[in-house]
Amino acid sequence: MDFLRPETLAEALELKASRPDALPIAGGTDVMVELNFDHRRPSALLDLTRVPELQRWEEGLRIGAGVPYARIIDELGARLPGLAMASRTVGSPQIRNRGTVGGNLGAASPAGDTHPVLLASDAVIEVASVRGTRMIPAAEFYLGVKRNALEQDELIVAVHLTPARGPQQFSKVGTRNAMVIAVCSFAISLFPRENRVGAAVGSAAPTPRRAPEAERFLASALDFRDPKPLPDSVKREFGELVSRAASPIDDVRGSAAYRKHALAVMARRTLGWAWQELLDGERACA
Amino acid sequence: MRVNVTVNGEQRQADDVWEGESLLFVLRERLGLPGSKNACEQGECGSCTVYLDDVPVCACLVAAGQAQDREVRTVEGLAEGDRLDPVQEAFVEAGAVQCGFCTPGLVVQAHDLLDRVPNPSDPEIREALAGNLCRCTGYEKVLDAVRLAASRR
Repeated sequence: MDFLRPETLAEALELKASRPDALPIAGGTDVMVELNFDHRRPSALLDLTRVPELQRWEEGLRIGAGVPYARIIDELGARLPGLAMASRTVGSPQIRNRGTVGGNLGAASPAGDTHPVLLASDAVIEVASVRGTRMIPAAEFYLGVKRNALEQDELIVAVHLTPARGPQQFSKVGTRNAMVIAVCSFAISLFPRENRVGAAVGSAAPTPRRAPEAERFLASALDFRDPKPLPDSVKREFGELVSRAASPIDDVRGSAAYRKHALAVMARRTLGWAWQELLDGERACA
Repeated sequence: MRVNVTVNGEQRQADDVWEGESLLFVLRERLGLPGSKNACEQGECGSCTVYLDDVPVCACLVAAGQAQDREVRTVEGLAEGDRLDPVQEAFVEAGAVQCGFCTPGLVVQAHDLLDRVPNPSDPEIREALAGNLCRCTGYEKVLDAVRLAASRR
């Protein structure tokens, strides 16, 4: 096995082009588990932790793929509340000190915690190779179980997200708060000025996915101009549509039926929290 | 490959390191520092928690090569000579140590918590230690130890 240690992004892309077999490693929270248990024996590791371009974020927001969850929570929590909520549910403090959104995207597990938020918040994934840069909307990034839209010579460079323009919520079901792979998860983003809603499910289909019918229903049912307390019927219908967008399986973590049920509950509750935040905000402004 | 890394303030060198090896293996098997414990090898248990450039991480999830030219501080590096760190003293006094396997990880993680949050609330202590498993104590004595250490700082 080779250990490749680029010190610039250009060097990393050159290496990935000449060694497409090299497995990128950032925080190591997925890759090292596979190595420790002999589930994977790549011919080379491409260590990205020394590439400065990946370790920083810029206004816009453009978040380097190697920024760990702990820094997203501390430095960007106010502007990206949904992503920060999801990040807080990742592993443990030690894992959040190392794990990165870039790694979540690279692994592309259907259960990855940040995926529903990235989908619901219209994130765009910046990937690069020696051939150039591609901007891939999150909705087009996840192709299958642990499969993403990356070409063999490409690396995930950054995630682009606009600061929240309205309330965002994230919810995840697991057996305890820490160190849990999601049984299922859900994210919602409200865009009051655009009269729009983002909603996405995790760990409930071969890929994380949006719930477009639920988004359309809610956008038409909500009155963003003059927000009033929501009738239960709207919350319930939204929950049903979110649940219907999922196609979960039975596995060790939970049954398909439970996941469908839990998604409806999470969608209903997170909508309630998000809408309440909007109502409270209106009152504060008045 | 060869790995050069500063461990507990000392420049160390490990040779013949396999490229897929973890920092934990290097510490325990090549540098003679068995304080960090090897249990789950998947970041679940926290027994191998060490500082990497002042940030607590699971050493089992750091590739050895990623530690090149970095600074590592293990549980062995907390005491000053024969004088235990206040966190270590508190663990002894509070009876937070039973079989002892999880203790090094808990001590390093608690050490970091108290560096950042001098007077942590109980929820803050629980959250900080959420990635450290202990199968003996039921955690109550561990919480006592962290509170005791905080009160003495």
